Amino acid sequence: MTGRSAAAGVEFPATGAARVRRVSVGEPVYRGTRIPSPIPTILQVPEEIAAAGDVLTVNFGPNHPSTHGVLRLVVDLDGERVVGIRAVIGYLHTGFEKSMESKSYWKAITYPARMDYLCFQQNELLFVMAIERLLETEPPPKAIWMRTLLAELTRIHSHLVWLGTTGLELGAISMFWYCFRERDQILDLMEMVTGVRMHTRYFQAGGLAEDIPPGFAAECRKLIEVMPGRIGEYEALFDRNPIFLERTKGVGLLSAEDAIALGQSGPMLRASGVDWDLRRDQPYLAYPELDFDVPVYPECDVYARYRVHMDEMRQSVRMIEQCLDGMPDGPWIVNDRKFVLPPRDELHTSMESLIHHFKLVSEGYRVPEGEVYETIESARGELGCYLVSDGGPRPWRVHFRAPSFVALQAIAACLTDSLIADMIAIAASLDPVMGDVDR
Amino acid sequence: MAYEHVPGYVSEETSRGETTVVVERARVREAAEYLRDAHGFNFLSDVAAADYLGWGGAGVAGSWGSAGGRDGSSPGSGGLARLPGPKPKRFSVSYHLLSLRRGAPRVRLQVWCDDGEPVPSVVPVWPTADWLEREQYDLLGIHFEGHPNLVRILMSEDWEGHPLRKDYPIGGEPVRFSEAE
Repeated sequence: MTGRSAAAGVEFPATGAARVRRVSVGEPVYRGTRIPSPIPTILQVPEEIAAAGDVLTVNFGPNHPSTHGVLRLVVDLDGERVVGIRAVIGYLHTGFEKSMESKSYWKAITYPARMDYLCFQQNELLFVMAIERLLETEPPPKAIWMRTLLAELTRIHSHLVWLGTTGLELGAISMFWYCFRERDQILDLMEMVTGVRMHTRYFQAGGLAEDIPPGFAAECRKLIEVMPGRIGEYEALFDRNPIFLERTKGVGLLSAEDAIALGQSGPMLRASGVDWDLRRDQPYLAYPELDFDVPVYPECDVYARYRVHMDEMRQSVRMIEQCLDGMPDGPWIVNDRKFVLPPRDELHTSMESLIHHFKLVSEGYRVPEGEVYETIESARGELGCYLVSDGGPRPWRVHFRAPSFVALQAIAACLTDSLIADMIAIAASLDPVMGDVDR
Repeated sequence: MAYEHVPGYVSEETSRGETTVVVERARVREAAEYLRDAHGFNFLSDVAAADYLGWGGAGVAGSWGSAGGRDGSSPGSGGLARLPGPKPKRFSVSYHLLSLRRGAPRVRLQVWCDDGEPVPSVVPVWPTADWLEREQYDLLGIHFEGHPNLVRILMSEDWEGHPLRKDYPIGGEPVRFSEAE
């Protein structure tokens, strides 16, 4: 079955949710190891090339438009070949982890969403899940399913921005507009549920901040109806484009062995032929009850990473549909007044509830002593949160394992023996969000 | 006691479904190699250090007060319900390991150190520890011995102090360029 895009006038496969291509994962195509030595993240100019005296050092960034923020790459060039590279980060360091130590948990929930600003709800979700592990509480089923749904919406949001900006960097400006059209639709849904478009603070320790608004399911179904076709349109723009294929196939190789050694996760790992996804292998939320596939590609190159992103969007659409179908009824937050606000209507009639509300918001709730390391599969891979509590209302120590931070470590290995022109495509394929890298 | 054969084994504890294996500081690299090779923890997920200076210093809150009595001007605020358990040293360094196989087993390898005591680097075991250790060095001042490139990563090279330490105040950063003409 093929459809016809009115705008572009080209044939594209109208791949829908039911027609996801199952990838037979063979052996990874590339098997070598290219981690530089002795420093795994810095490619140093070989002595014989340096001695020839023809090496040109270029500062790429930190304000270059294609660096996804403020990333600085110090590149040593021998002609057009990259012979040395060093990534310099920290330009966006905001001290979130330090700030969170002086805020009550109540207020600290607002911070994680601002780290990875494309994947905001998953960061928020992770922090709330870490608090819940310490509180030893389990949110009600409705909250679990809604969290799953919103996490998948956020994944599509993040992948759309990735796809649009990657296209932009490779000279395909129209992709950006198409992706942002759907992204806006997702942000409209976020606004409908939470009142804000980004940095929603909708997840609460114990459940959700508010009930799902009436009419959400219908609006959400509008998106998932058009989305598979739209993904087909994106693919029609890229998969038939010889320039895109030329610039991505066989470029930026990272073997499975290197990817694991460098701690890569998410699309990076799956594009290197490693069949690993925390949603399936370490089930959390409602994922064990959902039916989805994990796309894995063995080519190890930039094109494989693009393929993984596209297939993941399709799978997310499938999961959102199942979440809408299976959304249970009932309360959206646990009934535990130790850390959950009293219902709004009680504040008008009950003095105790009003005081309680005030104390929870101003002083915060106390979280039992302990340390946890919670992980989820964010759009960029394994997102981790190490949370230490001393039993007080403020976190003693918060540390985030940022998938972008780890992904950027692979840039030296990926750029070994490549050309300067490939650098943009490779840096984009790592999908770094600098807010997440620098925190 | 699944981990008692880990080199430098000190103690092991399971709480909230997570196992923490504490090892001697000087033997952490051996322990890491052992866990990677014998237990299959091939993936280093995270390195996180924590500063426990002033741990439990908030005292016990509530109308019973602490040993020093109750502060009437801030009743019940800021204090703890009970004092947290003591910590062996000032800093902990936790390595969160993952095994990429069925069941996704995880373990936390932990060492304790005081200010200035070096911790062996695990970069030879997992290359991904490069930036992870640099970050902890930068923000908490943990010295990783044998790291090939232990320089600041998030703060600028000439930064003074380690911001995530508990004795580094919020808002305590120096005003830059103030002495410049």
